[in-house]
Amino acid sequence: MIKNISNLGDAALYCDFGIEVNKQINSEVIKYFNTIKEKNIVGINNLTPSYNKLIISYDLRVTNFKEIKDKIEKLDVGAALETNNKKLEIPVCCDDSFSLDMARLENKLNLTKEKILENFFNKEFFCYMTGFIAGMPFLGDLDKNMRVQRLETPRVKVPKGSVGITEQFADIYTFESPGGWNIIGNTPLEVFDSTKEIEPNLINPGDTVKFKQISLDEYRNYNE
Amino acid sequence: MNNNYFEVIRAGVNTTFQDKGRSNLYHIGIPFSGAMDNRNYLLANKLASNKLDLPVIEFAYQGPLLKYNGKKINIAITGDVIFKLRKKANEIEGNCYESFQIEDGDEIDILSTSKSVYGYLAISGEFDLKLQWGSCSINTKANIGSNDGKKLENNQKIYISKVNLNQEKKKTNYLNSKVENIRVIRGTNFDYFSEEGKKIFFEKEFIVSKLSDRMGMRLEGPKIENIVNTNIKSEGLLKGVIQVPADGNPIIMLSDHGTIGGYPKIGVVASVDYDRLVQISPGSKIKFKEIELSDAETLFKLYEMETQNLLSQI
Repeated sequence: MIKNISNLGDAALYCDFGIEVNKQINSEVIKYFNTIKEKNIVGINNLTPSYNKLIISYDLRVTNFKEIKDKIEKLDVGAALETNNKKLEIPVCCDDSFSLDMARLENKLNLTKEKILENFFNKEFFCYMTGFIAGMPFLGDLDKNMRVQRLETPRVKVPKGSVGITEQFADIYTFESPGGWNIIGNTPLEVFDSTKEIEPNLINPGDTVKFKQISLDEYRNYNE
Repeated sequence: MNNNYFEVIRAGVNTTFQDKGRSNLYHIGIPFSGAMDNRNYLLANKLASNKLDLPVIEFAYQGPLLKYNGKKINIAITGDVIFKLRKKANEIEGNCYESFQIEDGDEIDILSTSKSVYGYLAISGEFDLKLQWGSCSINTKANIGSNDGKKLENNQKIYISKVNLNQEKKKTNYLNSKVENIRVIRGTNFDYFSEEGKKIFFEKEFIVSKLSDRMGMRLEGPKIENIVNTNIKSEGLLKGVIQVPADGNPIIMLSDHGTIGGYPKIGVVASVDYDRLVQISPGSKIKFKEIELSDAETLFKLYEMETQNLLSQI
């Protein structure tokens, strides 16, 4: 349920579903996102679902805050729509040349590399949202003993394919970008394909992801 | 086919193709993009006797030097732009908001945007571009849009797929208003900031930093103190959102912004002032003035009517 609707500027609705981050709240956000997308409401030109918020952007030339707020409040979201959430396996290589922050992780978590990788690869992740950069998935949740803060000084360039962790989340850099997450490895898989206009994202909100460790040789041969 | 083209002799600082942008893609991480200054984008197309939503060339600071090859075509430039047209016989000082006919061998030399940032070049025809999600708009950070998502480079060619039969001369009088006062609506985390911080935000001047581009505008000045938390759970961003990270210096999201962010939002620039905001150049002063949502909606309506009025007079 939406707890509160306010305005974010003069061309967007800010729908607040709560302050916690969990699957239940996030599923509510996704349910609203899917329903609104389906309804094609006149004037709405963008939707940004996140952990526990949904931002609805509209064209101020066509409509306004009050009109869209009324429509959203009257919306019948009903039961969860039929979703085609996928289960995905993402290959990740944790060779020293890729796991840029392993030393930092060992130090901050007080765990050995073996233990860190064991925890990471045994975890089944849930995709809460995609964004920041095109196609980047925000995945959760890491166990309490695997949680670290962002780097004090973010990297200017994180290599494409990097898999990072911070707090209870993991993400994948779909292309080279600035970023401050702790890099644990790299995937040879194309997680975002801009040549596909339909479904350019490999991973979508609601999907389940498991990472699979691969060797450097397997990594190199992956796209052969 | 494609016997009409520009040769890019000098690409300029950040020259891209832009149009109205692409919508309904925030959820996969793709922002609107599109022409930064929408009014000047529309005026350029209208002056070139074009449909208003066609791609144009957007440039920032120093623009491109283009050599034209092909049959006669009209061009129009909008913004506060200093440019020259080099013809076989002579060189003429170009005027913005006026169409000019160019012919085979002519050069357009866009020297600079004067005390502003963005300018637009439209042709009375259509560039030969591959669209992505219905838009040519180039987002260089994500490599999305025409020209493989990259800004224009020296020595490349820009092909023209269609030259309009109508090459009527068009002209209008328009003056870009210079504003330092940007109207802002309170953001969703306004109360994360100290009373002093809120006062500073609406009363003091800030300076636009050199680290500003199509993604965002960074500001320097008095620090805005956060008394709650310098991070929020990551959530959606919009163009015009003003975030304040831990260092206390505000950042305004612009058209190519990241779609998700985790810094508190102190305010959002009112839509009415967005076109003017993006034209404030690095080193210039900027000051925020608080307005209510209802006023922002009314002011935007008036601004939009004024834009339509300007277009109808051309």
